[in-house]
Amino acid sequence: MNMQRREALKAGGGLGLFGLLAAAGLITPSQARAEWNKSAFDAKTIEETLKALGATGAQNSTDIQITAPDIAENGAVVPVGVVSALAGVEAIALLIEKNPNPLAASFMLPAGTEASVQTRVKMGQTSDVIAVVKVGGKFIMTKKEIKVTLGGCGG
Amino acid sequence: MADPMKIRASAKDGITEVKVLMSHEMETGQRKDSSGNLVPAHFITELSAEHNGKQVLAAQFGTAVSKNPYLAFKFKGGAKGDKLAVSWVDNKGDKRTDEVAIN
Amino acid sequence: MRARLQAVLATTALVLAGSALAQDSTMDEIAKYREMLADGNPAELFELKGEALWKKARGPKNASLEQCDMGLGPGKLDGAYAQLPRYFPDTRKVMDVESRLVHCMVSLQGFKEEDVTRQWFSRPGKESDIEALVTYIGAKSNGMKIDVPARHPEEARMAKVGEYIFYRRSGPQDFSCSICHGQNDKRIRLQDLGNLTTQAGAGVAMSTWPSYRVSQGAVWTMQRRLIDCMRQARWPEPKYLSDSVIALQVYLQKTASGTVMQTPGIKR
Repeated sequence: MNMQRREALKAGGGLGLFGLLAAAGLITPSQARAEWNKSAFDAKTIEETLKALGATGAQNSTDIQITAPDIAENGAVVPVGVVSALAGVEAIALLIEKNPNPLAASFMLPAGTEASVQTRVKMGQTSDVIAVVKVGGKFIMTKKEIKVTLGGCGG
Repeated sequence: MADPMKIRASAKDGITEVKVLMSHEMETGQRKDSSGNLVPAHFITELSAEHNGKQVLAAQFGTAVSKNPYLAFKFKGGAKGDKLAVSWVDNKGDKRTDEVAIN
Repeated sequence: MRARLQAVLATTALVLAGSALAQDSTMDEIAKYREMLADGNPAELFELKGEALWKKARGPKNASLEQCDMGLGPGKLDGAYAQLPRYFPDTRKVMDVESRLVHCMVSLQGFKEEDVTRQWFSRPGKESDIEALVTYIGAKSNGMKIDVPARHPEEARMAKVGEYIFYRRSGPQDFSCSICHGQNDKRIRLQDLGNLTTQAGAGVAMSTWPSYRVSQGAVWTMQRRLIDCMRQARWPEPKYLSDSVIALQVYLQKTASGTVMQTPGIKR
């Protein structure tokens, strides 16, 4: 944890939602005042997104699991979870390679929050889903392919 | 005004599990309406969860989070009766806060 | 020659076994997808909204719906959905949950029918009160058995009419409900098609509505489900709340009777 973030967290009570979020580990110091990581969410490729997250060069790791079905019946709602047994996970970002903007969501986990988040995302087509995890100041990642089908009547 | 969230928070063996459903369109900005006009993006950008006033999760969303977003996470601590509050804001400045007692 | 034939047969058997395996794992993954969605059904948001709408004084008469009689007495909602459609002496009609709800909105709250039914289903950006209210009423029957014996002569007549519609071939494709839903083990792409002529098949279909459809991000009511089935069969679409849709429901609910409701559901 860098000093800036520690100070921000300490002052958390007075910062409100935006301030606290700006203190999140995924935002680089130059963006520390940004309300929302626009450059990361606007990025169009995985490389650009990783760069905007300060996670360029994140190493593949088997210490992260993506919990999701191999096949989604509908791309409008694809359940995806990210879990890691590693201690001290500070942040998790969820990327969908073939979406127009890969970054779907990012999470900042204060100490005491488990490295286990689950949400639901839209996928335009079959794609790799990538989880980027920040732990001990370093970034690691893993990926899983999820196939998107379009079904018939749907019960 | 935004519709209420549905929050479930349950404590077991020293871990509190939180599940949140939010009522939101999560418009991508890429969809066209029936007259062919692009519907502007409208989506939750930030979310914060607090246990007895201490933040336990902060999240940023993009337009790829599904309509009526779902979020589940876990944190250490939390006892039955403690307060768990979730707040979100969207890109148009709409916001919503709801609070439940952990059970 | 013989050896070659055997080899070909063996290979064919392997290929067949392989595709059966692929099919099984596909169905397993689809089951996993559905399971992950079931925990945290956005229909619960509609249920909350429906409850608020039910209890709020609204309309020209500034009344709530708390005195609405869904068949078990004014305001008694527990188990009401599971026993609909039924004959109502006050209107002398067999009504389903939606026609009865609209009746209450008109008679108790003073709304005009055309106003309350204009948005009978939602579109992006246009919410539907009816969807929310039906989700709330439906959830009050969760865990209860569907019980539509159709003993009243009017109910029995509607069940017959519904059965007739179910088997009637019509439209440009000469299609009937029974072509897809009258036999076991049918599928459209990845979706299983229930055999609605059996208690088990009709039970699966009827017990899980109203249901959140992730493809629309909205709760579908049974009226919407059936009217959309007819559209997909290339039939002319019936009017909302029309007797034909209610008749089909009586037939299907009668067939499904005894099945435990699991509502609100969630589907792709």
